[in-house]
Amino acid sequence: MKTESYLERVLAAGHLAVTSECGPPRGATAASILDKAKYLEGIVDAVNITDNQTAMVRMSSFAGSVLLRQQGMHPLLQMVTRDRNRLAMQADILGAYALGIDTMLCLSGDHTRFGDHPMAMNVHDIDSIQLIQMVKTMRDEGKFQGGAEIKGAPKMFIGAAANPFADPFELRVMRLAKKIAAGADFIQTQCIFNVEKFERWMEGVRKMGLHKKCYILAGVTPMKSVGAARYMKNKVPGMDVPTELVERMASVEKEKQPAEGIAICVETMERLKQVEGVAGFHIMAIDWEEKVEEIVKKAGLYPRPQIQ
Amino acid sequence: MITAERKPLEEIIDYVKDFKRILLLGCNECVTVCAAGGRKEVGLLASGLQMALLKSGTSIEIREHTLERQCDPEYVEELVPMIDSADAVLSMACGCGVQQLAMRFKEKPVFPAVNTKFMGGSERQGVWTERCQGCGDCLLGITGGICPIARCAKQLMNGPCGGSCNGKCEIGDDVECAWHLIWERLKALGLQERYLDIMPAKDWRPGGGAGPRKIIREDLAE
Ligand code: SF4
Ligand code: SF4
Repeated sequence: MKTESYLERVLAAGHLAVTSECGPPRGATAASILDKAKYLEGIVDAVNITDNQTAMVRMSSFAGSVLLRQQGMHPLLQMVTRDRNRLAMQADILGAYALGIDTMLCLSGDHTRFGDHPMAMNVHDIDSIQLIQMVKTMRDEGKFQGGAEIKGAPKMFIGAAANPFADPFELRVMRLAKKIAAGADFIQTQCIFNVEKFERWMEGVRKMGLHKKCYILAGVTPMKSVGAARYMKNKVPGMDVPTELVERMASVEKEKQPAEGIAICVETMERLKQVEGVAGFHIMAIDWEEKVEEIVKKAGLYPRPQIQ
Repeated sequence: MITAERKPLEEIIDYVKDFKRILLLGCNECVTVCAAGGRKEVGLLASGLQMALLKSGTSIEIREHTLERQCDPEYVEELVPMIDSADAVLSMACGCGVQQLAMRFKEKPVFPAVNTKFMGGSERQGVWTERCQGCGDCLLGITGGICPIARCAKQLMNGPCGGSCNGKCEIGDDVECAWHLIWERLKALGLQERYLDIMPAKDWRPGGGAGPRKIIREDLAE
């Protein structure tokens, strides 16, 4: 094992890992993130703390992660390259590790035009692959990106994202290969609604043997309503929601749509379990953290393994 | 070339309204090509200013002139005989031209009449698009001749983000995904394998990270 990360230990022990996420509040109240995180305690192995998700200012992922760590939970620090340069990111990595955070996810982040500060300058000093490379060099070589030695290397378990549904499709497996070559230990995918397309992507992944080089956590999202399904289908770049699913959501009454969304999510997970190379799940229940327990239980993934 | 767009008339009026005699200067290079600050635009702005000021009861003397190149001291020297008769200079050149004037004629207020935009190319009649950010260490040789710094909204150096869709960028359907273009081009050239090479974190010093940039050609410098 490369790190002491709890998530790495769960995966290395051969369990189907389960992660979920918790968006920090748009305010300075610790309770608002802890209240949400409570729903996930003992239900998932690690909790992603998003980093200015959708380019909206929120409590920092670093602070949110520390708050969760203080509760004995296992936070997964998300870091986007959009808002900070390599100095600021390395400083946060050192600080986070010193405070007990040893698992992170390297992302480029949504463009600022989607958030509430479209007038901001995007930084993009480095890209997500270069961030992965930087964290790996910090961990394995004990060196800063600039080459100087680190006194006390941060041993981060390094995650990256993959979107099998974005274009050009044929490049998507190669992009994953690049992330793994850069140093990604695990991958969380974009929400999977189109299982066939995901299957095709995984075929390519297996052909290159990539599933043996890193853990792939399949991303799933329960849809709350037909409105949410339509929004994801039409408005979110890089999302692939098949028309049948939208129709299925539309076919039930409004009050029953949340239950239908969860049923679809659980069915999807059952199908994904059959896919060779899937090492676990990443459940993105955006502002619906209280339902993660139900999903994990219905998908037969509860109780979670207790690993020392 | 360097592209520019004329500033709104109100902003220009605000700069010059308190002066009696204005020297309005165009440039025959980039701003002429992008129809922002050549001889023609100088004429249009002069009459537009006159009319607007007359309406508000002020009159102003505007002398029009267009230089071959406003960013070049040799041509700026031409202005010596006319500079004294002006209280202020209004320049329709790019920011480089405006600064060249301000440096040469230290005692004269110099105002910009255009917003300097970007280094771009002409896509078709009347449409210019950004092509280069002058990063000082060109990557085009490995990206199939398409720039990921100037043309990818996230300046990604290692491939498309998860928002690329049908060849369009996640920021909007009117923007092509640079990485989609790069990939198509690498394929067409039979250079797909190149994509797997990881482009390391960029050294931004030649791109401005080390402060204002300078080129000195010893063989040409005096
Ligand atoms: S790589 Fe740099 S120099 Fe080359 S076109 Fe892009 S911004 Fe300009
Ligand atoms: S969609 Fe393409 S051009 Fe737009 S940010 Fe992503 S990679 Fe860059």
